[in-house]
Amino acid sequence: MNIIEFKGITKKFGDFIANDKIDLTIKKGEIHCLLGENGAGKTTLMNNLFGLYNPEEGEIFLREKPCKIDNPHKAIELGLGMIHQHFMLIDRLTTTENIIVGEEPLKNGLVDMKKAREQVKQISDNYHLAVKTNEKIENISVGEQQRVEILKVLYRKAEILIFDEPTAVLTPQEVNNLFTTLRELKAGGKTIIFITHKLEETMNISDRVTVLRKGKVIGTVNTCDTSPKELARMMVGREVLLNVNKEKSDVGDNVLEVKDISLTGKHKNLLLKNINISIRKGEIVGIAGVSGNGQLELEECIAGLRKVTSGKIILDSEDITHAPTGIRRKRGLSHIPSDRLKRGLVPSYSLAKNIILGNQDSFTKNGFLLQNDINKYCKEVLEKFDVRCQSMNDTANNLSGGNQQKLVIGRELSTDPKFILAAQPTRGVDVGAIEFIHNNILEMRKQNKAILLISAELEELLSLADRILVIYEGEIVSKKNNYTKEELGLLMAGKKVPEEEKKELENRIQND
Amino acid sequence: MIKILKKYENSIYSLTAILLAFLVGAVLIHLSGFSVIKAYSTLFDGAFGSVFNLTQTFMNTIPLIFTGLAVAIGFKSGLFNIGGEGQMYLGAFTTAITAIYLGFLPGYILIPIALIMGGFAGSAWSFLPGYLKAKTGAHEVVTTIMMNYIGILTASYLLLKYFKEEGPIPQTVLIPESARLPELIEYSRLTWAIFIAVFVIIIIDIFFKRTKLGYKIQTVGENRSAAEYAGINSNKMMVLSMMISGFVAGLAGSTIVMGVLHRFITNFSPGYGFTGIAVAVLGKNKPWGVLFAAILFGALQTGGITMQLFAKIPMDLMVIIQGLVILFVAAPILIKKLLRK
Repeated sequence: MNIIEFKGITKKFGDFIANDKIDLTIKKGEIHCLLGENGAGKTTLMNNLFGLYNPEEGEIFLREKPCKIDNPHKAIELGLGMIHQHFMLIDRLTTTENIIVGEEPLKNGLVDMKKAREQVKQISDNYHLAVKTNEKIENISVGEQQRVEILKVLYRKAEILIFDEPTAVLTPQEVNNLFTTLRELKAGGKTIIFITHKLEETMNISDRVTVLRKGKVIGTVNTCDTSPKELARMMVGREVLLNVNKEKSDVGDNVLEVKDISLTGKHKNLLLKNINISIRKGEIVGIAGVSGNGQLELEECIAGLRKVTSGKIILDSEDITHAPTGIRRKRGLSHIPSDRLKRGLVPSYSLAKNIILGNQDSFTKNGFLLQNDINKYCKEVLEKFDVRCQSMNDTANNLSGGNQQKLVIGRELSTDPKFILAAQPTRGVDVGAIEFIHNNILEMRKQNKAILLISAELEELLSLADRILVIYEGEIVSKKNNYTKEELGLLMAGKKVPEEEKKELENRIQND
Repeated sequence: MIKILKKYENSIYSLTAILLAFLVGAVLIHLSGFSVIKAYSTLFDGAFGSVFNLTQTFMNTIPLIFTGLAVAIGFKSGLFNIGGEGQMYLGAFTTAITAIYLGFLPGYILIPIALIMGGFAGSAWSFLPGYLKAKTGAHEVVTTIMMNYIGILTASYLLLKYFKEEGPIPQTVLIPESARLPELIEYSRLTWAIFIAVFVIIIIDIFFKRTKLGYKIQTVGENRSAAEYAGINSNKMMVLSMMISGFVAGLAGSTIVMGVLHRFITNFSPGYGFTGIAVAVLGKNKPWGVLFAAILFGALQTGGITMQLFAKIPMDLMVIIQGLVILFVAAPILIKKLLRK
């Protein structure tokens, strides 16, 4: 049975067509992936289904009946549930309170917490969604928060579950757990729509795939009949080089030297331990590690956003250990931050205002902003880095994630830096954009820039970096020019992994 | 058409909020046993009905422009300056003393000096909360409120101890003629202060739209982490924006002394500093928005007095309408729903 059918759905934002006559059917009980680049219209389509947007044209059939869903309440009543990319949870409340909020079981007019906990327990047991029922959201891991979101939807008796890029925030371990849950939900008769831009995930979890590009459906295929290569081609409309071409470059003098830096945290705990890194002209040094092992701290220390406890940082033979961020930037630091929304952009600013962020002093005369110069420069950067937008007066929060990232990268690579600090430069962006970003980073290498690449993506490190350092619990545990994927994976997981986990990891890496 | 609507979205919401406030106000007036038509007609007449009334309205509007701007400027860097009242008192006091002691100077020198001194007094008073926020994280709402009391009472103390005019009233002597702002209309209290106010609006508007410093301050307010990433010293920007905010609040006091009272008197303000918060909220923290909000609140103030005198309807109803306007402005979702239907 076709549980959902989209017929000719069109959704416009101004002149921009986000969904263009979409036809799509979802069968009952399947896991259906919506695959596409950032900004391809996947989330918009699902928001149409969930009643968050009203499409201009077209019809939605639910359980083979035409159906007008104009608000999320109605969608929930009809058995739809959406697990958003950014969780909608209240930090100060417990997991159970978050799950039942709005649909509390009552007893004598008061909330019956005992019953609520039992109900939550029952659902979580049914689907092996382990959560502590009495713990506050702020105290649990991201993976567990996601399970709370899923329980919230199941508690409201959803039959169709929509997951919007659910793996973006998860560790590899948590991704595996999520996939187990998804298979169990499917076994329980639920229908799952899975929005993603990751090819491997799609191949791994889905029964069928629909590829969207620029608001249009490119095609729907059975997962077993397709290959990552074919999907990639459908996604970006051309062959994707899954491997990058790296030319030889002449390495020169040291540009950045990190000498023996340590960082102590609030509770006297060591966050970084005696880290030494040196990067020469025309060289990419990679920092590999599972996120949360000191990469963010290292990034912030080098950028001047955090003071080191001991050690020295030298940029272009000048000691910048105590220099504020502004001075470091003037000396030639460029910084692609790991958190683009928190650090890299001012979401409420126009693109033109965002393009001078960090470089604001270069576009002024007598204290006034040179608006014409800024606009001209902004136009150049947007074109060169293929940032898709309606106009540069748009605010940055109107861009899709991938385009936001291209904006940040374009800005940071256009200032003729000496040293580029690139932290997770492709986090949350699609295949096409990844290739584009990688090529730009390599272009910088060719231009003799020194680059520090902090990344959690093994592929990225192996294909871009000249040398790789592995960070684990704030310490560089290994450095080498050539690693195999297996070696890196093991090192990233730390020296003290129990044998069993190690084996599991090895298996997983081999399966990749 | 939709694009035009989008552009003026904020203004449309604000206007609807004002309309709604008057509607609910009408119900309240009716329930209190007064004639709605009489109430609103005397209110309007009192605010705009004659040249004299109009000048009275503008007299009340001018300090609100300054205090409203002061709050809006603080907001730009993400700070809530509730200390406008204290900053205004010190501005007024300092301007009066400057004008009295430098009375030998010609007007074209004395007036700017007295204004600037008033502004600096306000700045000095807002510097401390800004500095404490930057250094220790002390919440500016708490510190500015406390600084209000200290400021108002310090001005009173200094007046009574050193500068009081002979006689029973706690006030300074009159400032010299040369320090008084020229009247626009004879025998009215509408003076050149209105030009100063509009001038300051233009300056602040340009400052935030066109200057580097304005850009930096706003970046701190919009996203402090990003500002620090960009190498902007957010602590410095917060202190600076507090000082600019205090300067403008100080000017509210200066222009009252130089244009209306011609001396410093204790307790001269009906709460301009606090009404400034409401003005900034209604004006959406935009300089020109503040102008229109200040005119509305100035008119309500002036018209309210007429209403009380001639229609015997208590002034408090005007305060209620002011409150309702803010309530509806602060509840944009309500307005959006109403407009959609």
